[in-house]
Amino acid sequence: MKKSMLIDNSKCIGCRACQAACKQWNQLPAEKTEFTGTYENPPRFSPITWTKIAFREYEQNGKLSWTFTKLGCVHCTDAACIKVCPANAISHTEYGTVVIDEKRCIGCNYCAANCTFNVIGFDQAANVARKCTFCYDRIAAGMIPACAKTCPTGAITYGDRSEIMALAERRLAEVKKNGHPNADIYGVEELDGLAMMYLLKDGKENAEVKYGLPEKPRIRTAAHIWDLVFKPVRAAVVLAMVFALWINKSESAKEKTS
Amino acid sequence: MTNHWIDYKNSDVFMNIGGNTAENHPISMKWIEKARQERGAKLIVVDPRISRTAAVADLHVPIRPGTNIAYLGGLINYILENELYQKEYVRHYTDAPFLVNEDFTFDEETGLFSGVQDDPARNAKKYDRSTWSYQKDAAGNIRQDPEMQNPQCVLQIMKQFYAQYTLDKVSKITGCDPALLEESYKLYASTGQPDKAGNILYAMGITQFTHGSQNVRAVAMVQLLLGNMGIPGGGVNAQRGQSNVQGSTDMATLYHIIPGYLGAPKAALHPTLADYIEKETPATSWWANKPKYLVSMLKAFWGDHATVENDFCYDYLPKLDHRDHSHIGMYKYMGEGEVKGLICWADNPAVTGPSAGHKREYQTKLEWLVSVDIFENETAAFWKAPGMNPAEIETEVFLLPATAAYEREGTKANSGRWIQWQWQAQNPPGECKADLQIVYELFKKVQEKYADGSGAFPDPIVKANWNYGKDEDPAQVDIVKVCLEINGYNTSTGAPVTNFVGLQDDGTTACGNWLFSGYYNNLDNPACKSRIKEKEGIGSNLGWAFAWPLNRRIVYNRCSADPEGNPWNPELQVFWWDEEGKLVKNLDIPDWPGAWSFEEVAQFPFIMLPIGRGRLFSDAVNDGPLPAHFEPAESPVPNLLYPKATFNPVSQRWYDNYAAVGDSNYPYIMTTYRITEHYQSGALTRNIPWLNEMMPELFVEIDEELAESLGIKNGDLVRIESKRLVHNGEQGGIEAKACVTNRIKPMIINGEKKHIVGMPFHWGFMGMAKGAVTNDLIPSVGDANTTIPEFKAFLCNIRKVV
Amino acid sequence: MKLSRRSFLKLTGTAAAASFLVGSGMKGVAEAAEPVRVHYGREVPTICTFCGVGCGIICHVQNGVIINAEGDPDHPINEGSLCSKGSSIYNVSYIYDSKGRPKPNPNRLTKPLYRAPGSSTWEEKSWEWMYDTIAQRIKDTRDKYFTGKDENGVTVNRTDAIAWLGSAFCTNEENYLFNKMARTLGIVNIDHCARL
Repeated sequence: MKKSMLIDNSKCIGCRACQAACKQWNQLPAEKTEFTGTYENPPRFSPITWTKIAFREYEQNGKLSWTFTKLGCVHCTDAACIKVCPANAISHTEYGTVVIDEKRCIGCNYCAANCTFNVIGFDQAANVARKCTFCYDRIAAGMIPACAKTCPTGAITYGDRSEIMALAERRLAEVKKNGHPNADIYGVEELDGLAMMYLLKDGKENAEVKYGLPEKPRIRTAAHIWDLVFKPVRAAVVLAMVFALWINKSESAKEKTS
Repeated sequence: MTNHWIDYKNSDVFMNIGGNTAENHPISMKWIEKARQERGAKLIVVDPRISRTAAVADLHVPIRPGTNIAYLGGLINYILENELYQKEYVRHYTDAPFLVNEDFTFDEETGLFSGVQDDPARNAKKYDRSTWSYQKDAAGNIRQDPEMQNPQCVLQIMKQFYAQYTLDKVSKITGCDPALLEESYKLYASTGQPDKAGNILYAMGITQFTHGSQNVRAVAMVQLLLGNMGIPGGGVNAQRGQSNVQGSTDMATLYHIIPGYLGAPKAALHPTLADYIEKETPATSWWANKPKYLVSMLKAFWGDHATVENDFCYDYLPKLDHRDHSHIGMYKYMGEGEVKGLICWADNPAVTGPSAGHKREYQTKLEWLVSVDIFENETAAFWKAPGMNPAEIETEVFLLPATAAYEREGTKANSGRWIQWQWQAQNPPGECKADLQIVYELFKKVQEKYADGSGAFPDPIVKANWNYGKDEDPAQVDIVKVCLEINGYNTSTGAPVTNFVGLQDDGTTACGNWLFSGYYNNLDNPACKSRIKEKEGIGSNLGWAFAWPLNRRIVYNRCSADPEGNPWNPELQVFWWDEEGKLVKNLDIPDWPGAWSFEEVAQFPFIMLPIGRGRLFSDAVNDGPLPAHFEPAESPVPNLLYPKATFNPVSQRWYDNYAAVGDSNYPYIMTTYRITEHYQSGALTRNIPWLNEMMPELFVEIDEELAESLGIKNGDLVRIESKRLVHNGEQGGIEAKACVTNRIKPMIINGEKKHIVGMPFHWGFMGMAKGAVTNDLIPSVGDANTTIPEFKAFLCNIRKVV
Repeated sequence: MKLSRRSFLKLTGTAAAASFLVGSGMKGVAEAAEPVRVHYGREVPTICTFCGVGCGIICHVQNGVIINAEGDPDHPINEGSLCSKGSSIYNVSYIYDSKGRPKPNPNRLTKPLYRAPGSSTWEEKSWEWMYDTIAQRIKDTRDKYFTGKDENGVTVNRTDAIAWLGSAFCTNEENYLFNKMARTLGIVNIDHCARL
């Protein structure tokens, strides 16, 4: 059964419970940050930061709007990370979400470099890529993902894809009537559908400025080329990379012992 | 709160004034959202800046910090002018028809009411309140005009008083556009319709002013006029900032009261128990039971030693002098060398107090200081503060390691007065002990020291009832014994009393806090541990925990129906009576004595007040029967309503370090606030890495125009100065990062542009995330009634750090 | 793309797709077959320590140690949700390292500490020493600065030389005993953060 979440930024109060609950559940340490002139922190995604709230200020109908939008892996159907991963370490789950298998991950960082949303973090020490798992462990155990569970206002709702699609339509009608005529849904057409759908209260136009989301998300050309040209020989490439890695590791082990 | 969190789902219009509910009480937004979705409710946010609440509001009304009474006075004027008040409610349930004493006056030049006197000890004014009263006929009944047309009736007096608060005048004072003011007034006044509920939720942005109590009064008056008191979805809802600030106030960890809101005895008025009872007990209202509550408390304190013959040990209770012993007062006395020792439980005044830098200096005068906390807080570590030389500080400091909330058990009262049991999840680390165990053992040790009869008047100590040890291990405190004492028990059988109705003034009952009575009346299955959720109803959840008083969820709830018993809003009916006036169904605990007739109840719906009605005109506060606009102690402009007035004339002038009106050294208006990611002094949250990651450093919010004129860019380090930071003629300052944003905009005040800047206050010099102490900037000046300091509006200067 | 994904799945097998979802030291991806960690824990309901909403929190406790804390879904006020502060209470006890292993919060006080006059450091002391010394200081100060009767001859039984600050962080039972102890000693300088 496909699962989804609706991020409804007309309801988000920017409390960042989701940010904390994600770290709490996934046993992620805090980052060392600085105040740089915005409430938004940490500044970027990393192997220990899988979700965060974008705090954005923009003029809308002559009024200043301060909008809070939960960002993180959106679990694309047409996912660049899956396309480029040379080790078959990234795949869609039975829920339609995207996960990285750390055991297969060879640490090439291609997924992070090619991610349309820049939400994959690369852990150099462990040599693996990490990102939001859609709380695979929780949903497999019949629980709600940590971010959706903790959200005070219903700005994050989790459910079956069909329910979430219906909810999004319903909310869209309400929000449009309620002072946001340009509101729109993001995540139906985008990249053949995103498991993390959005209700964007002020529309998709200038989505980068307003919410920190690409207005027209696309898979980068390099990723396409990789997919078309190198995928047929992926197994060979993987073997070569594993071999190279092994050489590299034994070299550095030698260095350490000497 | 008169209502409670879940009841927010029943509101039609919310006015969040002087509060920031989305940031500081995020879960409230669950219920506000529900009301918006299901009832089409609207949220008005009155706040100087776009907070996270204002960001999601239907209407944001920016007003200058410190002008709430001007704003609310304008609302009252709008309601009265346009006759939008709920007439039947006002006529029957408030004092609006009552005639006011002919000698009552108000001077619109000076802003002073009749009865004004000098109060040199406080360097302020005070009032003789005898003219703030109602006219009475020969039989002693209050004279009234049910049509509310008599010019001396409260409604007409108010109408005249607030006629000055025109949209134009209010706009000039608050800096808010008159059209926006009117839009908000119109929207909120729509709840004057009988079947609409308006909910005013507030926090420290209402209370932390030299006129804070009058701000609250103004809120209450609006709610009375619109018939929003005692109804589902209505209420005066003070949103409490701490998990048990309701309970710690109920328990009277405050100098001026003893548990259950009984006044602390004063030497001048209450030398004996008879004096106390005579002067403090009104003939009518529920407070006529006060002697039962006091005597039962004395029995709880001193047990068998408290007898009729010795006035139940009334002499053992300390009697107050005429002075203010609240935070500002006690620290002043500390600075003057009078206070030698400080015992501080989970409190961090070295960061949270006004003029906190001065407070840290005063602490160097202490001989000893005890601090109990889970982290090393700034109060305990004041000798490590910047600028301190430990070698010169003679204070002994005792720092005792305590437990996190989930490492101990007990009850906490939320804002809605729900007393909930907090179960213990894990054992505390190392040698940490729960505060309950610490206070238990510490007082036992003090009792031991006095056991030989030595020292000054040992009787109150050695005779204190302090038998809380576990039967199997007397060294460990048994919390059930403490709960039983608070709940109350029969002194001969030891059995718990059912509730405070059973308390007596003859020594046959003991009760630590009458308000809590009933919360632990069943030792095996106490109400405060109950976890039964409501399946259908209006959200009362009577089976979940215990709400004081008597498990009542909405106080003054008789007002939810008209005098005949018909609900104002049939969809939110609370009570059903049969034709004989007998109550047959209720969705909340009735707020009236069971013995009263249907008619009596309808005539006396506000049972805690001697007149039995909500008071629009009141002699209960020190600074006037009607809230009048005064500027904060530091303001850029004179008082535009009362030209000869400055700030609240009744507020005590403690120090001489307030900037004069329009002082050009401090051209900007500062307001301070809390943010979601940190908690109070930050002693706890600045040691939580996940929260520090989100909010690592102290910042100051500055509008783009001001920032540009000062050459400040987003993220720059800036220095903030106030008059409190002048040392030996030299101006000091604190540093913070700039957050340049148009969420906080300059305002036109009486034709002149004024810039407002804002800062949170959660940082200090200890913990994992360090920063300057914002409260070093704050003036030590407080409300005329409560002495709550004026944290929310003062003057400052800002410079770029180069 | 869809074709290639399907062929990939065919190649590896759907079951394998689940089986490789294996966690490491840090939980990157869940172990689908393994129960989540809270299944090993006892659920203890508690009340959030921050603001006055009074949300319910469920602590999952294993071998006497908290392993997870999240909103209590049965609580009528928060219905399982929490804010960022409430969601972070685990950090009061434990902090995760870069490998996802819990370490005790290094700043937690675990022993009574004493700072002598003029000293620039804390020294560890026993509870018994602390109680005895503090009780002695209370007694000495109270005895020296005790007013039995004021200038008008009224019995006031008061000491102005000790100040007492309680806390809205503490329980009702604690505040009740604070209040009782303070008044019994004759202290009138009593306040707490309700006013700040």
